[in-house]
Amino acid sequence: MKLPPFEYACPTTLNEAIALLANHSGEAKPLAGGQSLMPMMAFRIAQPSLLVDLRKLPGMKEIKIGPDGVRLGALVRWRDVIDDKRLAVAHPLLKEAISHVAHYQIRNRGTVGGSCAHADPASEMPGIAQTCEAEFSVMGKAGARTIKAKDFFQGALTTALGADEIITEIHLPAWPAARRYGFQEFARRRGDFAMAGVALYYDLDGGKAANAHIGVFGVGDCQRRLPKAEAALNGKAVDEALAVKVGEAAAAEVEPQEDIHASAAYRRSLTGTLVERAIKAAMVR
Amino acid sequence: MEMTDKRTITVSVNGTKHTKEVPVRITLADFIRYELGLTGTHLGCEHGVCGACTILLDGRSARSCLMLAVQADGHEVLTVEGIAPGPDALHPLQEAFRDNHGLQCGFCTPGMLTTLLEFLGDNPDPTEQEVRVAISGNLCRCTGYQGIVLAALDAAKRMKAGRA
Repeated sequence: MKLPPFEYACPTTLNEAIALLANHSGEAKPLAGGQSLMPMMAFRIAQPSLLVDLRKLPGMKEIKIGPDGVRLGALVRWRDVIDDKRLAVAHPLLKEAISHVAHYQIRNRGTVGGSCAHADPASEMPGIAQTCEAEFSVMGKAGARTIKAKDFFQGALTTALGADEIITEIHLPAWPAARRYGFQEFARRRGDFAMAGVALYYDLDGGKAANAHIGVFGVGDCQRRLPKAEAALNGKAVDEALAVKVGEAAAAEVEPQEDIHASAAYRRSLTGTLVERAIKAAMVR
Repeated sequence: MEMTDKRTITVSVNGTKHTKEVPVRITLADFIRYELGLTGTHLGCEHGVCGACTILLDGRSARSCLMLAVQADGHEVLTVEGIAPGPDALHPLQEAFRDNHGLQCGFCTPGMLTTLLEFLGDNPDPTEQEVRVAISGNLCRCTGYQGIVLAALDAAKRMKAGRA
């Protein structure tokens, strides 16, 4: 048998699921799409005593689009995002980013909530959440609360979620139609973990960039925004020379890790190049 | 709320319903291979990298090593054994693989076929690049992918002709 022993429950209400998690003092894990948790269990990096399968929970599989933005139910799968034609207008940056998530079969199973709760530093969705100042609706034994993305992600595989809490919804603020955006990631093979990735957007105010948001993933131990690079972009007319400068600012600002896939110096240089490319892509949208 | 280490599940596999009591920690891949004896679904890495164990769950490709059998309770699974229309006939996708040298050792083939079956349904007229992206999660160590890509493009034509 491949996986370590565990017990399994498949509740039909959120309250039941939370009670199961709460009664297992941190030893239980929610199971959503399973595309990260199952490999971790196969390697026995994760050995939960109880898996709480969320697949029968109602009302968490919808993508809602309204004047206040996009609300993704936590059990929305990557495939649902890719297939939702409304998102091409309602959140084109999200749509573009998700097309880069893993491979075809994994996009059919993986969920937005699962990815964020797992918080792999190289994942796209936490990068989008940070860049776009998403808010996480979570429910636990003590009730519902909302967590801002900047407080939610605390490090590699570490979030603000309590052991008894489940993400119910991810809210991305409204996306103005004229917003400029770019998304870039680099991996040796499409679908593999990004060696570095960039999601960015800005608005135009009198021909100049305003409200710049630049987020990175796969660089350092957590998805984050780059305030210095954003400052280098804000208030300026965007041209190719500025794209290079902002890329340089981003490269200086990140704190990349070194591992078997790439050196820290390579990741730093790559981040600069990707920011530059993303701004150039944004210019012509 | 019931918590168990065994559970009775009903899964439809290639059109046949199976009801069995299974340990909750058995993967869908092992259920298909060891409980049902359908060994066409191959296991390579067993952690979601190689794609050999790809099956269709309700028509969508999924890695059966990254699913528990209990998660498939009440769902429909299609394995490589269920692709052909009958024991003496091949699916046009399989014929295209045979005719274009889309396989050598055959280990990756079940995953390639199931993935491409879904992909060509979604995208009946793909470009070579789109095919390469679609099978990027399926590792082949024999063919260099060239024959597989040619087979997929040929299969798209055959499947289109079959529908016309």
